[in-house]
Amino acid sequence: MGTHNYNLTEQFEFTGKAKTLSIIAIVIGIAAIGYGFSAEALHERTFANLLLMAYYFACVCMSGAFFLAVQFVAQAGWSASILRVPQAMAKVLPIAVVILIVVMGAGLYTHNLYHHWHADGLTDPNSANYDKLIAGKSAFLNVPFFMGRQVVFLAIYSFFAVYLSKLSNNEDLQGGLNSYTKSFKYSCIFLVIYGFTTPIFAFDTVMSLEAHWFSTMFGWYNFAAMWVSSLATMAIIIILLRKAGYMSWVNNSHLHNLGQFIFGFSIFWTYVWFCQFLLIYYANMPEETVYFYKRFEHYEFWFYLNLVLNFLAPVLLLMDRDNKRHENILLTVSIVVLCGHWVDYYQMIMPGTVEEHHAFGFIEVGIALGFVGLFTFTVLSALSKKALIAKNHPFLQESLHHQL
Amino acid sequence: MNNIKYILGSFGDPDEMMHGIDKLQENNIKIHDVYTPMPIHGIEAKLGVKRSRLDIAAFFFGITGTCTMLTFVYLAAAYDWPINIGGKPHFALPDFIPITFELTILFCAFGLVGSYYASTHLFPGRAPRVMDLRATDDRFIIAIDAKENTDHNKIDDLLKEAGALEVKHNERKYISYE
Repeated sequence: MGTHNYNLTEQFEFTGKAKTLSIIAIVIGIAAIGYGFSAEALHERTFANLLLMAYYFACVCMSGAFFLAVQFVAQAGWSASILRVPQAMAKVLPIAVVILIVVMGAGLYTHNLYHHWHADGLTDPNSANYDKLIAGKSAFLNVPFFMGRQVVFLAIYSFFAVYLSKLSNNEDLQGGLNSYTKSFKYSCIFLVIYGFTTPIFAFDTVMSLEAHWFSTMFGWYNFAAMWVSSLATMAIIIILLRKAGYMSWVNNSHLHNLGQFIFGFSIFWTYVWFCQFLLIYYANMPEETVYFYKRFEHYEFWFYLNLVLNFLAPVLLLMDRDNKRHENILLTVSIVVLCGHWVDYYQMIMPGTVEEHHAFGFIEVGIALGFVGLFTFTVLSALSKKALIAKNHPFLQESLHHQL
Repeated sequence: MNNIKYILGSFGDPDEMMHGIDKLQENNIKIHDVYTPMPIHGIEAKLGVKRSRLDIAAFFFGITGTCTMLTFVYLAAAYDWPINIGGKPHFALPDFIPITFELTILFCAFGLVGSYYASTHLFPGRAPRVMDLRATDDRFIIAIDAKENTDHNKIDDLLKEAGALEVKHNERKYISYE
């Protein structure tokens, strides 16, 4: 309550330590990629890690666009003053999309990725390599259709992501409700498309690494993972901006809402993860249990670590109301959740690519750091282009006075 | 002097009522309670109302449900009548997580409804006790304990000054819907 004297033209300056650190991280990433491609034996592992981080990067950015769309469709007021952060993430989506498509294309071309369904003679009945299951799925899993789907889906997401941020910029310049009503309409269309296509996107990008196995829960499982990791990223960016002296209008109640989102969707992630696990465990059919067999045999530590980081940590640390409102606790949990979803993707992707020869070393850490640096650099550059608040958003006052 | 128990200031506007609270607090007059037809932002902080402990109660109701179901399932499926289902252990925890989850929520929900009834003295069939009927409709009521605060004229003046449409001196604490 009380009077507000916020500087509504405040702009983020991307200089100093943040810029240096992100560039150092990018350099480490490039070094790790270079090291990975220096020896033939490391190629597959490098590709698996590149796919992991490119997928993670794209998912966090497209969920930023999803967050924007959800806020518009729900006509949410509380978030009006923090929308510039997901907008910056959404603006970076085209870059992430290009990287993801290049990684997938190169992986297919060099047979380092998706070799379960993309190899010579798999669909040829006369070949020694013939695989009846894969031949039956080849109408869906063939390179032109696969790459076509990826390009179409990701182009649509990028279009909406960029367009929604552009509408917000128009709103800054022109004022009025024009941009808001347009954003509402485009958000509705985007949500419908996004809801129907993200499961297919996840099936293609990750599940088809083990093309003999399938799970209908997999799409929502990945959706939950990308959504909660995107929320955690937003929380980290906002808290660090606040610590750097920006966004003074963000109060404990905004953090509380973000904390509730992270808490709730961590539980949702566990729910979907468990739905997939329980049905396979209970039915006990060999063609389904093979998925968890691989993970129990060679990835047992990662399998349980996944649950500890993504379920136990947020549930125990964020259950209390005061913890959600506490800057440092929320920051810690967000970082834990982000690391947790790296582990989550790791044990989704590795058994289908490097099988039991997985490792955790310079390539894993370096490539992850490189993408974190790239994300930080691109998102903060995008953020520094516009004022940190959408000053003509119709619900801005509600957000500035937000109190729970 | 008299047997007035409570003084009620009846406001037609929430801002005026908030103003009335400020006036009374400036004069160190303790407010018994405030009744409004709708939630008002910031009023808890102003009146110094303690945070609800309902969340703590919810946690314990929930954990009771969890323990109840796990105990019951263990007794039924592993101790009293073990049956081999699909070669799994008798007490196969993943199988019982959904039902444990359900019972946690059921206990939590029923427990909270019960707590709500107990703390508001509302029970089915019992006439609710209210201090002013219009507080459930269109009036914002400030109630002041007349035994603790003896300067009744001053209270009346303060309330009227703040914009009270009506000041009542009640000899009974509650009136009922009967």
